[in-house]
Amino acid sequence: MNIVVCIKQVPDTTEVKINPQTGTLIREGVPSIMNPDDKGGLEFALQLKDKYGAHVTVITMGLPQAEAILREALAMGVDRAILLTDRKLGGADTLATSSAIAGALRTMDFDLVITGRQAIDGDTAQVGPQIAEHLDLPQVSYMEDLQYDEATKTFTIRKQLEDGYQILEMQAPCVVTALASAVKPRYMSVSGIVTAWDKEVEVWGADRINVPEDRIGKTGSPTSVFKAFPKQLKPAGETFEVTPEEAVELIVNKLKEKHII
Amino acid sequence: MDFSFTKQEELFLQMIREFAEKEVKPLAAEVDEEERFPMETVEKMAKIGLMGIPIPTQYGGAGGTNIMYGMAVEELSRVCATTGVILSAHTSLCAAPILEAGTEEQKMKYLPKLASGEWIGAFGLTEPNAGTDAAGQQTIAVEDGDSWVLNGSKIFITNGSYANVFIIIAMTDKSLGTKGISAFIVEKTDPGFSIGKKEKKMGIRGSATTELIFEDCRIPKDRQIGQLGKGFNLAMKTLDGGRIGIACQALGIAQGAMDETVKYTKERKQFGKSISQFQNTQFQMADLETKVQAARLLCRKAHYNKDHGLPYSAEAAMAKLFAAETAMEVTTKAVQFHGGYGYTREYPVERMMRDAKITEIYEGTSEVQRMVIAGKLFK
Amino acid sequence: MNLAEYKDVYVFAEQRDGKIQNVALELLGKARELADANNEKVVAMLLGKGIKDKAQTLIEHGADKVLVVDHDLLEHYLTEPYTEAITQIIKEQKPSIMLLGATTIGRDLGPRVSARNVTGLTADATKLEISDDEAHEFRMTRPAFGGNLMATILCKNNRPQMSTVRPGVMQKMAADPSRKGEVVDYAVQFDEKKIARVKLVKTVKEEKTVTDIAAAKILVSGGRGVGNKDGFAKLEALAQELGGEVSSSRAMVDAGVMPQSRQVGQTGKTVRPALYMACGISGAIQHLAGMEESELIIAINKDKFAPIFSVADLGIVGDLHKIVPMLTERLKSMQK
Repeated sequence: MNIVVCIKQVPDTTEVKINPQTGTLIREGVPSIMNPDDKGGLEFALQLKDKYGAHVTVITMGLPQAEAILREALAMGVDRAILLTDRKLGGADTLATSSAIAGALRTMDFDLVITGRQAIDGDTAQVGPQIAEHLDLPQVSYMEDLQYDEATKTFTIRKQLEDGYQILEMQAPCVVTALASAVKPRYMSVSGIVTAWDKEVEVWGADRINVPEDRIGKTGSPTSVFKAFPKQLKPAGETFEVTPEEAVELIVNKLKEKHII
Repeated sequence: MDFSFTKQEELFLQMIREFAEKEVKPLAAEVDEEERFPMETVEKMAKIGLMGIPIPTQYGGAGGTNIMYGMAVEELSRVCATTGVILSAHTSLCAAPILEAGTEEQKMKYLPKLASGEWIGAFGLTEPNAGTDAAGQQTIAVEDGDSWVLNGSKIFITNGSYANVFIIIAMTDKSLGTKGISAFIVEKTDPGFSIGKKEKKMGIRGSATTELIFEDCRIPKDRQIGQLGKGFNLAMKTLDGGRIGIACQALGIAQGAMDETVKYTKERKQFGKSISQFQNTQFQMADLETKVQAARLLCRKAHYNKDHGLPYSAEAAMAKLFAAETAMEVTTKAVQFHGGYGYTREYPVERMMRDAKITEIYEGTSEVQRMVIAGKLFK
Repeated sequence: MNLAEYKDVYVFAEQRDGKIQNVALELLGKARELADANNEKVVAMLLGKGIKDKAQTLIEHGADKVLVVDHDLLEHYLTEPYTEAITQIIKEQKPSIMLLGATTIGRDLGPRVSARNVTGLTADATKLEISDDEAHEFRMTRPAFGGNLMATILCKNNRPQMSTVRPGVMQKMAADPSRKGEVVDYAVQFDEKKIARVKLVKTVKEEKTVTDIAAAKILVSGGRGVGNKDGFAKLEALAQELGGEVSSSRAMVDAGVMPQSRQVGQTGKTVRPALYMACGISGAIQHLAGMEESELIIAINKDKFAPIFSVADLGIVGDLHKIVPMLTERLKSMQK
C-alpha cells in the first residue's frame, strides 16, 4: 500500500498575540509547526505502515523553510518526503493550492491520500476535498478512525458529525481528511531524529507537476484578499479587584440589571 | 567557537520539550506525593528511544550525542526531577561503563536491552562505610571455579528495585587497596542477590532508592567487567560522566523553578502591582537567570568534550558543582518569591527545592567536586 | 465566463432526516439582504428524499424560489450525489452567489463544488455584504490566522461566488407565513457508478447528553484557571443554578478535561448567549473569536491583564475557585 500524506507548515496560532496599542499581530517569536490535523493524518498513515507495511510519503507545498516539517515527518518514520516549492505557486488560494498538489499527486502511485481536515492558519477545510475533486477520486472528510481490509482493498472510515458519526466504506484509491483530535500522533523517535537528514528531501518545482499556469499560484486563484485588518474588539467594561464577597455582589447586581435573574 | 546546536539536536529539543510537557509534567506532583516510580513514563520513554540516546546504533541505541542526552535529562528534570534521575542513572551509570569497558560479548548482551528500555540499569558503589571515601569498599568478590561470589551490601542505589542489571564495584584483593577493586555486572535474577530496604527521601521521591544485598551471590566469570583491579578507575570514570547527567538534572530543576517564578511573579499582585515589577524581584531574578545560563554552558561544554573525545573530568565536576548550587539557590529563592504559597504543595517550587538538594550530594558531594577541581588545579 | 449571465443568491438548504437545519434559515435571512441590495432573488436548493413539504418553511424565512431535488440517492448526505446535483444547478441556473452552512456537510460539499465548477469559496464568513459603491461587489469577511486577523475576500471573475457561514453567525428572519414563493421540482442526472465509490454503512446519533452549547442561553465557561474536573464541577453547579450549560476553552479540551463538543472558539463553536461567564479563561484571541458576540460577558480571572477583560462587560480580578461556589450559594439562597 502506498500512502501520501499532505502536510502544511503553519504558525502556531495559539502563540500569536495582538499588540494592544497598535492592534497588529505580533508574529515575532511565533513558532512554526506541523499543522495539527495533518499530524493526526500522518499518524493514521504510520499506523497503516506499522500494520500493513505501507510505504508513506509526505508532501508539502510552501516556502523552502517548510523542509522543517518534512524532517519532523522523517523522524516520525515516513519513507519519503517531497517539498513542492516555486515562486509560481505563491499567492495561491485553496483552489490553486489544491490544483498544484493534485498535479504532484498525479505523478505518483498511491492507494490513499490523507490530508488534515483544515489548517489552523486558515481554517478553511477546503484543500483536501478539492484535491480529491481534481483527481476525480472519492473522498471522506472529518475522519476520526480508519480501518483497512487487505483482501478487498477497502477502507472503512468513521466520519465525525455534529451529533454523532457515520461509518463509510471506500475503495482505493481515495482521499480522506483527518481530525487531530481523533488520534494521538507519535513522538519523533530519537533514532529517527538522528537519521532524519540521511534521507533526501526531494525538491519539486512547478515544472514537475504539469498543471497549466492559469490554474496555479495567484493567477489560478479565483479569490483574492481585498483587505485584511485586525479584529475590532468591543470596548471593555469595568474590571474590579475586590474581595470574593464584593465580587459576588457585583455579579449578582449585573445579572439583575440585565434580567438574567 | 560555535555555540549552536546541530540540526538533529534542535529537532531533538523540540521533541523532548513536548514530551516533558505533555507526558511527564502532569505526573510530577503525584509521583512525588505517592513516592511512586513512574513506570508508565519509563515505558513511554523506552518506546521512542530515550533510554538509549548516546548508545551507538550497532548496540541498539539511537546513536545520538551526549549533548542530546544532557538535553533530555535537563528537560525532563525541568518538570520532574525524579524522571530526570531515572534516565541519568540508567544511561550514565550502567550503560556508559558497559560501553566504556565491556567486552564485545558483554556489550552485545546488555546494551540492546538497556537501549530499548526492556531493561533498566543501575550502579552500586556506595556502601554504609564507603561514601565519599569510595576506596573503603567492604563488598567482596571471590573467585570460585567458573564463578565470582559476592558478599556485602550497597546503599542509596538509584533505580534499585526496578533495575534488571547493575554495575557493582567490589573488592577483589584487599591488600592492593584501590588497585584491588574490580567491577561486575549483576543481574536481578542472580542467586544470592536481593533488594533491601527502600529509602524514604526528602526529594526525588519517585525514584526507587534502595539497598542491594549480596549473600553468596554467585555470578559467571564473564560478568567481571574491565580489567581486574581497575574497578576503581572505571567507577571514577563512570562518575565523571554521571556528574554531567546530574549537572543537567540540577540545571533542569533550576530552569523549572525559574519558569514557575517568572510566571508567578507576573501574576501575583501586591501593593497594586505585579511583584515582577519590583526592582528587588528583577535584580534577584536577573542574577539567577545569569547563573542558570552559566550552569547550562558548563553542562554543554562538559558533554561537548565527552562527545569529542576530550578530557572532561574537571569540566564535569565544575558543571555539577555549579549547577547543583545554582539549583539550590534558585529553588530556595523561588519558594521565597512565592511567599506562603511557595511553602505549600499547591505550587511545584516546594517540590523543586526538596529535589534540588540531592544534586549537591549524590555522585560526589559538592565538596568532592571541589577536590576534583582543585586536584587538577594544583597537580 | 460572462459574469452578467450570473444572478441571484442561492442557499443550500441543509436538511438532516428531513429536518431543515437552523443554519439554512439563518443563511436565507442574510441572502434576503444581499438579494435585495442587488434586486435579485433568493433561491433555496433543497436536496433530499421526500422533503418537498419543507419548501414552505424556506419561503417563510425569505426564499423566493425553492428548487427541490428529490431523489433516492439524496436521502442521506453523500459527497458525490450532492456535488453533482448542485453542479447541475450551477450549470443550468448560473447563480451569482451561493451560500452554505459551515457544517460537516457544508464544509465537505462546498470545496468539492467549488473545485468542480472552478470557482472561489470563502470559508466560515462572519460578514457578507454588497459594497455600496458602484461596483456592487460581493464582499466576504472572515477571520484568519486563528481569529487574529479579519480578511475581506472577493471572488471577482468566477461564479458563483461561494461562501460557507458558521451556524449561529447570521440572524434568521422571523417566519412570515404570508410570504409567497415558487416551488420547482428539479430533475438531476446522476452517474451511479461514480456515486457507488463511497458506501454509507450507517449513521449513528450519539446520546443527546452532549448539549449543543451554541443553543444555550447561558454559558458558564472554564479555561486553564479551572484546572481540572473538580474545578469544572464548581462551574457545573453554578450553571445548574443559572439554568445554563458549561463550556470550555481549547486549553481544557486539549488537556482532555472537557470534551470537544463543549469547546468555544475559533476551532470550537461560535456562541452568542445572553450570558457568558468566563472563568479562568485568559482570552486568547481564538477564544474571543467564538464568544465576543455574547450579549453579556462576565469574566473572572486572577490575571488583571488577561485579554478576556478587554471584551468583558464586567471583569473580576480574583480567584474563581472562591467566587464561583460563593456565587452559587448566593443564587441558591435567593431562590428560597
